[in-house]
Amino acid sequence: MLEQIFVSAKHWLVNLAPSQWQPFFSALISVVALLLVFPSLFALTTVLERKGLGRIQNRYGPNRVGPWGFLQPLADGLKALTKEDLIPRAADQWVHLLAPLVLVVPAFLALAVLPMGRDLVAVDMDAGVLFFFAVGAATELSVFMAGWSSRNKYSLLGAMRAIAQMISYEVPLILSAASVIMVAGSLSTVAIVEAQAGYSGWLPQWFVLTPWGFAGFILFLIAATAESNRSPFDLPEGESELIAGYYTEYSGFKFALFFLGEYLGMFATSGLAITLFLGGWHAPLPFLEWIPSYAWFFGKMLGLICLFIWVRGTLPRLRMDQLMNFAWKFMLPMALLTIIVAGTWRLMTPGWERWLVCAIALAGPYVLLARALLEQKSFSKRSYRYAE
Amino acid sequence: MTSLQAYLLLSALLFAVGLAGALTRRNAIIVLIGIELMLNAANLNFIAFWRYSPNPETSTGLVFVLFSLGVAAAEAAVGLGLIIAVYRHYRTTSVDQVDTLKG
Amino acid sequence: MTASFVLLSLLIISSAIVAMTLRNLVHCALALSLTFAGLAGVYLELNAQFIGFAQILIYIGAVAILVVFAILLTRGSESPTQQVFSTSWVWGVAVALAVFGVIASVIFSSRLISGQALQATQPSVRQIGDALMTRFVLPLQVLGLLLTAALIGGVIIALKDKPDAEITEAAQTTSQGFSRPETK
Repeated sequence: MLEQIFVSAKHWLVNLAPSQWQPFFSALISVVALLLVFPSLFALTTVLERKGLGRIQNRYGPNRVGPWGFLQPLADGLKALTKEDLIPRAADQWVHLLAPLVLVVPAFLALAVLPMGRDLVAVDMDAGVLFFFAVGAATELSVFMAGWSSRNKYSLLGAMRAIAQMISYEVPLILSAASVIMVAGSLSTVAIVEAQAGYSGWLPQWFVLTPWGFAGFILFLIAATAESNRSPFDLPEGESELIAGYYTEYSGFKFALFFLGEYLGMFATSGLAITLFLGGWHAPLPFLEWIPSYAWFFGKMLGLICLFIWVRGTLPRLRMDQLMNFAWKFMLPMALLTIIVAGTWRLMTPGWERWLVCAIALAGPYVLLARALLEQKSFSKRSYRYAE
Repeated sequence: MTSLQAYLLLSALLFAVGLAGALTRRNAIIVLIGIELMLNAANLNFIAFWRYSPNPETSTGLVFVLFSLGVAAAEAAVGLGLIIAVYRHYRTTSVDQVDTLKG
Repeated sequence: MTASFVLLSLLIISSAIVAMTLRNLVHCALALSLTFAGLAGVYLELNAQFIGFAQILIYIGAVAILVVFAILLTRGSESPTQQVFSTSWVWGVAVALAVFGVIASVIFSSRLISGQALQATQPSVRQIGDALMTRFVLPLQVLGLLLTAALIGGVIIALKDKPDAEITEAAQTTSQGFSRPETK
């Protein structure tokens, strides 16, 4: 009953409308629900991130506005809305205006195919995962538009780096999702969640609890961090490097829109990681199924967001060439290997042999590849040059 | 005018626009953009014919367009690489000025 | 001829014309992306969902960005110094109009192209996958080979030429204590 509360509410609301407008109303209610839930999650995440980063760095985060600082997003929102909107005189007006929109709209579109609970998906498409990656690819164009229209060398440099990073990490992202699609046999997100239903003993049958699924999950998370330009992959927007990268010349509401778009991208890729690997809205243990499915989905999403914040506070920033080497020389071979191992997993009979074979087939090349890549770097003693 | 004729007309118009651009512009990159428009027009043609064919379940048109998409992407990549290589040598992307082999 | 088809075709043709006529190259590339998006909408309307999403992923997500990178790497973002249209542009437009005229006359005079659409079910991704793996597996493998060749070829073409001479020259320069060598 508690589980179906949103579905029943939507049905009741839709039945209030005249019958020929009902499909339109149903779509409108789904859209309004998404537009209400995810920006409030964005507001919560901004304050969580600042407080979390603060605690990791041994300081308090913002703690003035509201209890423990949790009303800080209100203050931030007011500031963003009332700040003066400065546009450089040499900037390309139309492209400068459209860039934040081209970022935010595909990010919202991508949230439409995520199943957030039992029967709680906005659109159940046959090719849902492909739609997700297609709109994810469309956000790269907005990064370029923002960087180029500002007529600022640093913005353009930041934009080119950001695009190079995003297209490089898109390949392992899609390939690790391809291993899940292959095993689940469908591109529809609802079908992928259904394929992870059930429990074998106490353990759930999520894909992350298989060797290839674990490797794929880690690859997907690393690639998702790079796609959202978050630390440790935030060289394009690093403050010590490029002022603010491709959104240097944006202020006020447009900057807030960029922020919103970036965080929505993070939510969307976390949501897809949950759908593909962590079993969607399924509970982890059979006796915990009384907790509603949407609570599990958002709980897992909060867990992944906290993981992203933790990684941001802990790891140093990667340099551009280190980033690109990591994507093309390490993650791409591992992603291809994950696909092969996923196929092997599916074809072998269940038992301890397939665990052993798949685990060794993944762990062995991982160790060998990592060692081979590390040996190319020479760690010599640091030499200092002094000014004469 | 039936729906199929409307789609084919749109495809022909897009092809003509792409052809006009590819024949009249000087910059090599814009010529390549025109070629991409022509390829897209051909893809639209295929999809329209597939949709209005007597048995769309065979999905032959769809698969052909999928291959055409892949080939077009590969061709765009190699073409742009060539343009960049030519630019490095001649310092220009104008197709009128790369005429050293002119007899 | 639904309203969505009319709007989408207006979008496609107008952004294609804009892409072919503007002076600013980056605006041309952005108009091209708009054309691709409009075409993806038309594919979705024709019940080809997979192709519509693949069009967005491949064309807008990769080809448009390639074009933009090429424009920036060849200094196209500065304003062009010469004319953008070649001197014989009239003949180009005439040829394009002639081609359009021929195709349009064929479309209108053909007796084959007059059928209405059947209420076809839209092909599931499973059917496309089956077709790709059973009937079209040879073209699929050849496409893989072609993409590999394009990848390797693109990298080789875009590599800077004569890397060895540059490295030896750089080594000479540093070993002589930052003084210019006599011969180049």
